[in-house]
Amino acid sequence: MAARSGAEFDVAVIGGGLVGSCLALGLARFGQRVGLLDEGDGAVRASRANFALIWVQSKGLGLPEYAGWTIRSSDQWGAFAASLKEETGLDVSFERPGGLHLALSAAELEHRAELLRRLHNQPRTASFTTEILDRERLVRMLPHLGPEVVGASYCALDGHCNSLRLHRALFAALVRRKVRILPGHRVDSAQYAGGEFRLLTRVREVRAGKVVIAAGNASAELAPMLGLSAPMKPNRGQIIVTERVQPFLKHPIVSIRQTDEGTVMIGDSQLEGNDPDQMSMPTSAAMAGRAVLSFPILSRLNVVRMWSGIRVMTEDGFPIYDQSQQCPGAFLVCCHSGVTLAATHALTLAPMIAEGKLNENEVGAFSARRFNVRQAA
Amino acid sequence: MFARLPEADARPVVAVTVDGVRVCARQGDTVAAALLAAAFRHCRTSPVGGAPRAPYCMMGACFECLVQVDGVPNRQGCLLVVREGMQIATQHGKREAGR
Repeated sequence: MAARSGAEFDVAVIGGGLVGSCLALGLARFGQRVGLLDEGDGAVRASRANFALIWVQSKGLGLPEYAGWTIRSSDQWGAFAASLKEETGLDVSFERPGGLHLALSAAELEHRAELLRRLHNQPRTASFTTEILDRERLVRMLPHLGPEVVGASYCALDGHCNSLRLHRALFAALVRRKVRILPGHRVDSAQYAGGEFRLLTRVREVRAGKVVIAAGNASAELAPMLGLSAPMKPNRGQIIVTERVQPFLKHPIVSIRQTDEGTVMIGDSQLEGNDPDQMSMPTSAAMAGRAVLSFPILSRLNVVRMWSGIRVMTEDGFPIYDQSQQCPGAFLVCCHSGVTLAATHALTLAPMIAEGKLNENEVGAFSARRFNVRQAA
Repeated sequence: MFARLPEADARPVVAVTVDGVRVCARQGDTVAAALLAAAFRHCRTSPVGGAPRAPYCMMGACFECLVQVDGVPNRQGCLLVVREGMQIATQHGKREAGR
């Protein structure tokens, strides 16, 4: 481990969302003095507007290492949730009953099967199973299935959790580990000089021996200040939330899930833009219509909320994990799936950052170098 | 508990039932106001923790006043005006999706 500098923190993590909090916790567990700089409660935050899936199937088409990395996190999630419960008493309701992607026509099912074939046929893709289920098998898993559902893809590694409680549990664990949480500390500029980092925030200057940029879509502006690059392409998703009902849906569906507390969430839209105040009613109507075809009993439920969330999305959709050559000790962690990857961020990535070096064999594929180098088709 | 103001209220009585019991509301009362005026201490139990709940914000924001109205569960009592013959029922736990 690098010698401790005279700075206030060994590591300053920029961003108090799920990604930043998981890293801060992993770093603190590794004995680092951590400051967590967060914009504050007014921030546009995917950690408060997400679907809470831990999702493996369909991840990695175009970057096969992403499949393996996602599986690793899914496999670590149970132990991670248990450790949070032990440290904070909070149960984040992690479950991994296997997840489904429903098809409402034969063409949709064939399209899904083809996509998964292409994914699994890539060289270097981790070995894992996704199955195409016909209607007969599906009905046994989902007794309330609508008559128009023809089949589904299924992966036993898919699950979900209560992501709002996850965020709360992470903060409770951070407080217990003496991480300094600094709300209102939006970082305006970052400099590297004399072996330490100086972060100019809205409140004061913060000095640290290392820096992790985990600021979601805002990483695009911060990364170049420390010789890093985070090309982002955010998009917007809409969610419909129903009243709480008795459990009827055991498996999370990519677009429909029942939460631990009984509400049904309907989602999976992809719209342009990064304005969380936008809401397209035709999109919500189409989502609701598809959900009702999937599970007709949803048609009787009251909708209690609808909201938009802005996805943190890199230009190619895959995570960016990088370390700065120009400013040693500066790291970038930027990805869409902050819930799915929570476990591996805390348990695998954070220790690398604590040691001061990303392991090239394990996460080299996620460097932003991929945006510069022309890859063979 | 709540009581109606002592001055004369010329509004006609609107008869509803709450869990089968006849309640005399006044024209223009919301369901939540009628429940409070008739001294119902709570209108439901939490579908998560099971604790009793009663109307709170009276303006549609808090969702504490959920009741079943004419067979439809989880209606916001503070946003519905009483009608003659309305059947109101207190709620216990989560509703079933299929009913």
